[in-house]
Amino acid sequence: MISLTVNGRKRNFKGPPFKRLIDVLREDFGLTGTKEGCGEGECGACTVLVDGKPAASCLIPICQMAGRRIETVESLGPPGRLSPLQRSFQEHAGTQCGFCAPGLLMTASRLKETGADAVRVGLSGHLCRCTGYMHIVESVTKATRPRRKR
Amino acid sequence: MRGCPQGMTVLRPQSAGEAVSLFAENPAARPLAGGTDFMVLWNMGEADGQTMLDLSGVREWRSIRKTAAGLSIGALVTHAELRDDPVVRREFPLLAQAASVVGAEQIQNRGTLGGNIANASPAADTLPALAVYEATVKTVSRKGARGLPLLQTFAGVKRTSLEPGELIAAIDIPYLPKKPYRQLFRKVGTRAALAISKTVAAGLVWLERDRTVRELRFALGSMAPTVRRLRAAEDMVRGKRLSRELAAEACELLPRDVSPIDDLRSTAAYRLHVSQNLLSDFLLG
Repeated sequence: MISLTVNGRKRNFKGPPFKRLIDVLREDFGLTGTKEGCGEGECGACTVLVDGKPAASCLIPICQMAGRRIETVESLGPPGRLSPLQRSFQEHAGTQCGFCAPGLLMTASRLKETGADAVRVGLSGHLCRCTGYMHIVESVTKATRPRRKR
Repeated sequence: MRGCPQGMTVLRPQSAGEAVSLFAENPAARPLAGGTDFMVLWNMGEADGQTMLDLSGVREWRSIRKTAAGLSIGALVTHAELRDDPVVRREFPLLAQAASVVGAEQIQNRGTLGGNIANASPAADTLPALAVYEATVKTVSRKGARGLPLLQTFAGVKRTSLEPGELIAAIDIPYLPKKPYRQLFRKVGTRAALAISKTVAAGLVWLERDRTVRELRFALGSMAPTVRRLRAAEDMVRGKRLSRELAAEACELLPRDVSPIDDLRSTAAYRLHVSQNLLSDFLLG
């Protein structure tokens, strides 16, 4: 059995130890916010935070997550009570088809600097095939967000 | 397509000693560090039904230690840790820069230096930096410990010269005897992030007061089956005064040490030309 913390809640996983983190999140824990894009670590869609740091959940077998703290897009804000960052994505059209948004939001939520250039560098590990990056960068730079704690 | 988790066996050593024993008992097992290369293969369904030796629980191999001679970087130190470590940034800036362009943030947080070596990709970004710093790969197996000069660690594309049961424990890098006059790390890819290199270069040069070359070290990745030092050019320029002619002559010698190919990322001609420009620009400053 593998024990980990997901969005602040202790979870146990009893399935095969080589199941991928993204599949455990989606299939076993019902957290379908996290999306799989390329499956090669090149698009950033599946990004979640592992101990506070962005990581590609399609490239992590669950056996490596024992005792780790995972945060997914569901941790940011439930429907109706979205975080300022999520609201900014809505307001500035940072989301079109929405597939890249959960990963982008997780990385963006950890950015220390929110100037346009720093945001571009900080989000360089994410591909969007709809909006172009202008709206996404704007969504992050214009978000008025309280610093996430920790 | 996708790998099937039910078909995988996972061994989870919690110490270096246990890792060595488990690998000796399961010589067909595949060592797994950050998984950023292996899992790509697995996701394509090309690595199913294997026994994995998951090294992520081996704490001894996760730290950067100062020794009298230099730094000893644990095999499981991540690219993000290398990128951010103040001592690595001060003493071995080319390695810190290389680590900062591996994949992107999500990959740097998981991928490890030992894994980058063990994966033996010709395009691995950290290898030219390790080659000019003349790193030694420290390994352990049931037979004991040994140190391999970095360049001798690679046997070909995606192949190392490690023996069955042998694991990378650390990468030792000696301090430079003197500050180089000039240094360079440069990755040439299709875009700034998430690119696999067309060519990747690291260089160090020491000059006398009159611009005579005391020593040149220049390494290229993505230009041959394994990372290469430009021995012919390095030897030729030693003891000679830097000039346009000397730089041009050095560039002519590039093909002695590299053999670029056409592939989906670039062409042999482009790779050679750009690499020659990198060497020339580096020498002339």
